Amino acid sequence: MRYSVFSIVEQAFKGQKDWKPVWRYPEPKAEYDMLIIGGGGHGLATAYYLAKNHGYTNIAVIDKNYLGSGSVGRNTTIVRSNYQEPGNIPFYEHSLKLWEGLEQDFNYNAMMSQRGVLNLYHSDSQRDDYARRGNAMMMHGVRADLLNREQVHEIVPFMDFDNARFPIHGGLMQWRGGTARHDAVAWGFARGADSRGVDILQNTEAKQIRVENGKVTGVETSRGFIKAKKVGIVAAGNTTRIAETAGLRLPIESYVLQAFVSEAIKPLIPCVVTFGAGHFYISQSDKGGLVFGASLDYYTSYAARGNLPGVEDTIEEAMAIMPSISRVKLLRHWGGIMDMSMDGSPIIDKTGIDGLYINCGWCYGGFKATPASGYCLAHLMATDESHPVATALKLNRFETGYVIDEAGTGAQPNLH
Amino acid sequence: MSQSHRLAKGGLIDRSKPLSFTFDGKTYKGYAGDTLASALLANDVQLVARSFKYHRPRGILTAGSEEPNALVGLRAGARHEPNVRATVAELYDGLIAQSQNRWPSLAFDLGAVNSLLSPFFAAGFYYKTFMWPASFWEKVYEPLIRRAAGLGKPPVGDDPDIYEKAFAHCDLLVIGAGSAGLAAALAAARSGARVILADEGPMLGGRLLSDKRIIGNQSGLDWVKATEAELVSLPNVRIMPRTTIFGVYDHGVYGALERVNDHVATPPAHEPRQRAYRIYAKRAVLAAGAIERPHVFGNNDRPGVMLGSAMRTYINRYAVVPTKRVAIFTSSDEGYATAHDLIAAGASVQAIIDTRADATISAAHDIPHFKGAKILRTLGNKQVQSVEIELADGSTRILDCDGVAMSNGWNPAVHLTCHQGGRPVWDDKINAFLPGNLPAGLSVAGAAQGHFGLKDTLADGFRLGASAVDDLGFKAPAIAMPDTDPESLAHTPLWRVKTSKGKCFVDFQHDVTDTDIELANREGFRSVEHMKRYTTLGMATDQGKTSNISGLAILGEASGRSMAEVGTTIFRPPYTPVALGALAGHHVHKGFRPTRLTPSHQWAEEQGAVFMETGLWLRAQYFPKTKNESWLDAMIREVEITRSKVGVCDVSTLGKIDLQGKDVGTFLDRVYTGTFSTLPVGKVRYGLMMREDGFVQDDGTTARLSENRWLMTTTTAGAGKVMAHLEFCHQVLWPELDIAFTSVTEQWAQYSIAGPHARDVLKKLVDARHDISNEAFPYMACGAITICNGIPARLFRISFSGELAYEIGVPNRYGDALIRAIMKAGEEFGITPYGLEALSTMRIEKGHVAGGELNGQTTPRDLGLIKMVSQKKDCIGKHMSERPAMLYPDRPIFVGLKPKNPKSKLTGGAHFLDKGAKPSLENDLGHMMSVAYSPMLKSWIGLGIVKRGRERIGDTIRAVDFVRGTEFEVEICDPVFFDPQGERLRG
Amino acid sequence: MRIPCPFCGSRDSQEFSFLGQAGLKRPDPNAPDAQKQFHDYVHIRDNKAGVTKELWLHANGCRSWITVTRNTLTHEITGSEFASPLTKEAAQ
Repeated sequence: MRYSVFSIVEQAFKGQKDWKPVWRYPEPKAEYDMLIIGGGGHGLATAYYLAKNHGYTNIAVIDKNYLGSGSVGRNTTIVRSNYQEPGNIPFYEHSLKLWEGLEQDFNYNAMMSQRGVLNLYHSDSQRDDYARRGNAMMMHGVRADLLNREQVHEIVPFMDFDNARFPIHGGLMQWRGGTARHDAVAWGFARGADSRGVDILQNTEAKQIRVENGKVTGVETSRGFIKAKKVGIVAAGNTTRIAETAGLRLPIESYVLQAFVSEAIKPLIPCVVTFGAGHFYISQSDKGGLVFGASLDYYTSYAARGNLPGVEDTIEEAMAIMPSISRVKLLRHWGGIMDMSMDGSPIIDKTGIDGLYINCGWCYGGFKATPASGYCLAHLMATDESHPVATALKLNRFETGYVIDEAGTGAQPNLH
Repeated sequence: MSQSHRLAKGGLIDRSKPLSFTFDGKTYKGYAGDTLASALLANDVQLVARSFKYHRPRGILTAGSEEPNALVGLRAGARHEPNVRATVAELYDGLIAQSQNRWPSLAFDLGAVNSLLSPFFAAGFYYKTFMWPASFWEKVYEPLIRRAAGLGKPPVGDDPDIYEKAFAHCDLLVIGAGSAGLAAALAAARSGARVILADEGPMLGGRLLSDKRIIGNQSGLDWVKATEAELVSLPNVRIMPRTTIFGVYDHGVYGALERVNDHVATPPAHEPRQRAYRIYAKRAVLAAGAIERPHVFGNNDRPGVMLGSAMRTYINRYAVVPTKRVAIFTSSDEGYATAHDLIAAGASVQAIIDTRADATISAAHDIPHFKGAKILRTLGNKQVQSVEIELADGSTRILDCDGVAMSNGWNPAVHLTCHQGGRPVWDDKINAFLPGNLPAGLSVAGAAQGHFGLKDTLADGFRLGASAVDDLGFKAPAIAMPDTDPESLAHTPLWRVKTSKGKCFVDFQHDVTDTDIELANREGFRSVEHMKRYTTLGMATDQGKTSNISGLAILGEASGRSMAEVGTTIFRPPYTPVALGALAGHHVHKGFRPTRLTPSHQWAEEQGAVFMETGLWLRAQYFPKTKNESWLDAMIREVEITRSKVGVCDVSTLGKIDLQGKDVGTFLDRVYTGTFSTLPVGKVRYGLMMREDGFVQDDGTTARLSENRWLMTTTTAGAGKVMAHLEFCHQVLWPELDIAFTSVTEQWAQYSIAGPHARDVLKKLVDARHDISNEAFPYMACGAITICNGIPARLFRISFSGELAYEIGVPNRYGDALIRAIMKAGEEFGITPYGLEALSTMRIEKGHVAGGELNGQTTPRDLGLIKMVSQKKDCIGKHMSERPAMLYPDRPIFVGLKPKNPKSKLTGGAHFLDKGAKPSLENDLGHMMSVAYSPMLKSWIGLGIVKRGRERIGDTIRAVDFVRGTEFEVEICDPVFFDPQGERLRG
Repeated sequence: MRIPCPFCGSRDSQEFSFLGQAGLKRPDPNAPDAQKQFHDYVHIRDNKAGVTKELWLHANGCRSWITVTRNTLTHEITGSEFASPLTKEAAQ
């Protein structure tokens, strides 16, 4: 049923009795045209766009847990397209444009809030790096603003401008960036896909991708074998575990990244802010919690939980830019598994096995990519051609050398 | 009216220490030993807060850290702390507290209008609306939502208090000092093992402080005192009161927060407010107890409604009777104990409403006793005035009361067992979740394991405390189990009163009701995680300590599943919220990261140098002659003097690595692109280092000091990385090489003396027996010398500035003396110190690559340094540097850039476009990496990378800086702007 | 996390830095398939869910590179040794 002001009012008077389930709990069919492994944001978006843009209806999304149980519900909800490398800019900008129309498109309020993403810089050389990035964005028509200290002060006056170890010199602002309500993105795509006939099979674990004569034939799951003409692996941190069952080895390592939320306080931080003398990002949710994170925990892990050194480092960085939150309390911290690629940029490509596609390497930044990731993988699976904005995101770029290394840290995933 | 609800005697408060405090500006009295909650209740303050969404009046539900309702703002000014649970805030004289989330006042809160609109505000309503028009979200809807949400106000200004980090080690950590924890600590301590006993409260004893019990032949309290006394007497025991173990991390690491001085107005001088510990424990016993469950019924959130166990705590521990005419709502025999204590305290028990028709326990005295009955709702306004009850026969009646005490069984405090991914398991026998997979080394004792009776908690504690240390090789002596007084714990929980009238709250703080959970289920949010996220149940500051289980039960009921089938969400650290300041400790402000000072720092300060951060280092940026001299004027002056006379610069921050052994040459051949094994003793060579993926990672010089001793320098930023890389190469790749090396960056102070008079200055310092003439000590020579009458030094004739230049190194302790000596010796030649700006300008004039170019994205070929890559040998990165993309002719190549108008101020980060080309990624030719104003060329100049740049020397392109709003025509040129033949440095 | 350093003993993980999979052999640049070998050496990892051998550097300690046996599902560590076989031998 369509959501609107009228449906809300109507249901208010009916005691909320007529709301329908947002998705079905179907039994798996014997065969699908397209099968997506991974019911996170990207997998659900892939199914949504396969159905909406390419007219497929016989699609399944399988997930070993509940839908949206992975990184889409564990991230710090930042949406932006302030990238530097030409291989990334068109893709992330495409994503941001999709975000801008997403809620009306899938008729679900994901609370996309374009309140701005501000990257602080703390030295002249960092200012020049940010100018380089801002200018690269502008080359593609993506607006960026280089702000000086006073302009930054106007936006975030409560930050430490007087006594910081690494004084704030200014910042690079993308006003169109912001945040979105992470769970709602998964739910909105799931609802949109389900209503178009996509079977979302929760608690259905992929055990083995079956390949015969170089062609994919389907997937052994915890609920039996499911035939499929085409299979997309959209499994984030678990990508290599699943790809391995098809004999693929990938330039991916899985690391744990922690995320943090404070108790709710009244509005303080108006936009997303990142700290340039560390690797820290913070925003405030509509509920009032400060949502933040920093670097990986630096070791490979599938445990989805981190340790105290990472916790303390992150909070030290928080305090480095805004010591006034000293008496605000940390409410929860948790971990997620990041599919870190060897150059810090994603992969959306064929695999060399006919009918098998991968979508991985999202590193820290998968959330903002959710719509475009689904959009481009759907395009690839439907047409066997890379979408024009995703032509650089090739698997073989490590052989050819066309790497997309934003940070310039090389083939060392935990440094990206 | 003074403390109308305070009992005349009893309790563990100190009546000799009366305290005064204010709440919302009104002054009240309490005693030492009170919490803010107990003191407020003593003064009959029932309304203390407003709820999150509906702004409903809220009172005090619990007497512990699980409190969902009674959150207040504590202290004022920069010490203001939002969202403090009044139930654990210890009272001190002069305490100031304010209610939160209300306007204009707590009693009259306009936000309560939300409550009237609640039919529209069902769970998840916001996902279904506020979408039209799209631009209204940021402008209209979101600001309104944000203002309404958020509970307490953020603090303003710098926290005046300090925080510490500390580390502690033990054999056994006991978490919780109730009966089980004390027993475990005692059993372990008697073995001689190192024991830490931590409890979140200020006093040991747990529930023994709240319930009057008998252990052996003494009272529970006396047993606590005796046990504590013995533990205190043992040198191997450390007791940590006011310390919350907030998280369990890998390998026996426990996060702990000690509230050192939260119970006083301000911390004494030099003492921290709080201290965050990492406790390393070989074993741990979790004895965190249990949390009593509320009932879910109509208007169960009204002030006056309280957990039964909390009511007993207020009576017995704080000598406060929270409300005086109480209806007991119970599904457990414990409700009768509450009735007993209320009557003993002189309160009236209006009735016992027992949900169990088959309850076998009888009510004492002549209390009205209804079995198989329920409370349908509370009535009243800002406090309960009566309740409507439904009797077993279905009839209803109104019962006059001013408070309700709920007992619905207990939930073991399993939270910490979840921190390593353990998933609690439902137990039908005790109607609660028990710990699932436990973190390694942790065992669970007492109520936290679902063993609620005192006898069981003690037995568990003795047994697990002993077995934990026995496991480590200690021998814990047996302890005889004392007898305890009988108790009755039978219960049959009632998850909600289905026939309730009014809103039935499950999660008090987030205003989640039973119908919200049913709606979530109706809409398909059947997984507990989906339900939690959709309704926000359990996501408030209490993490659902009092609400989760009822919520799960209602979800199970709505979806026709058992509790075991529904399962539970897991709890995350921290157990209770932890101040961010505590987790940062001293790492705030300037102490965020260490500051590294160069050997000449003090001297440079005396000269009035302006410093800048380069990584952790503070380096002199320039040395203004007068207060008003700008960085640009100072830089120009420093460059002009250096190039015409002589200048000196502290270059000690460069990484220095001392390598020794007969295979150093071979090793360097493998890690550098060039050949080093052929380098003669007494010579220096420039080296370029790649990562294995073929991109440049660092550069520097390496000097061969003797046959088997070499000294490598790295960039300042790359020092640590290069060191670790070399250690990897040696220890992992080529352990067979006979080499050893160590970083000596901080052992040597090093100065660059540059300019036509460099040798003249040096001659005055170098001891006469060393010949440093151009012939004896030519360009790229190096050697050990002595200076200033025998001080050991190293001299390198290398030049970053392009001038005749030397770098002279002395042991760090001579660094300050040397800069002073150099300046003195140089005085007659007009020497100037120069800072990073001049250093950078001179290297740009010479076209040397540095930070901006060595950005990890460039190859030797990109940087025009392909000649530095020996074709005769392999080295790290060589193979991968020849991948197709690296040889692609369109790749941006390193060049110089000169503006058509010398006054055009070039900017780093500008991109290049051909004349007439539209901005696009396809037309983007590259970017500007470094810029400077060249005093020699009297023009701005730049270094950058341009597609096919080498082939396009002489072409004019545009340097476009959109974000700074500038655009200049620039000519592509050779990157060496000044003295291209290098005649000056050989002079 | 605690890392058992064979030289220093059990230390907080904060003293260490993590590199990744141990036991990779740097290829012979003259091998006929050197290009593929180098690609795999630099980029392809087992990324195993379970027991792995991995390289850590005791950066704020003895500066030894060590090979740690660790389970990536549980973080349990079951062994550590010097990465350099010569150091390992000397230590025995």
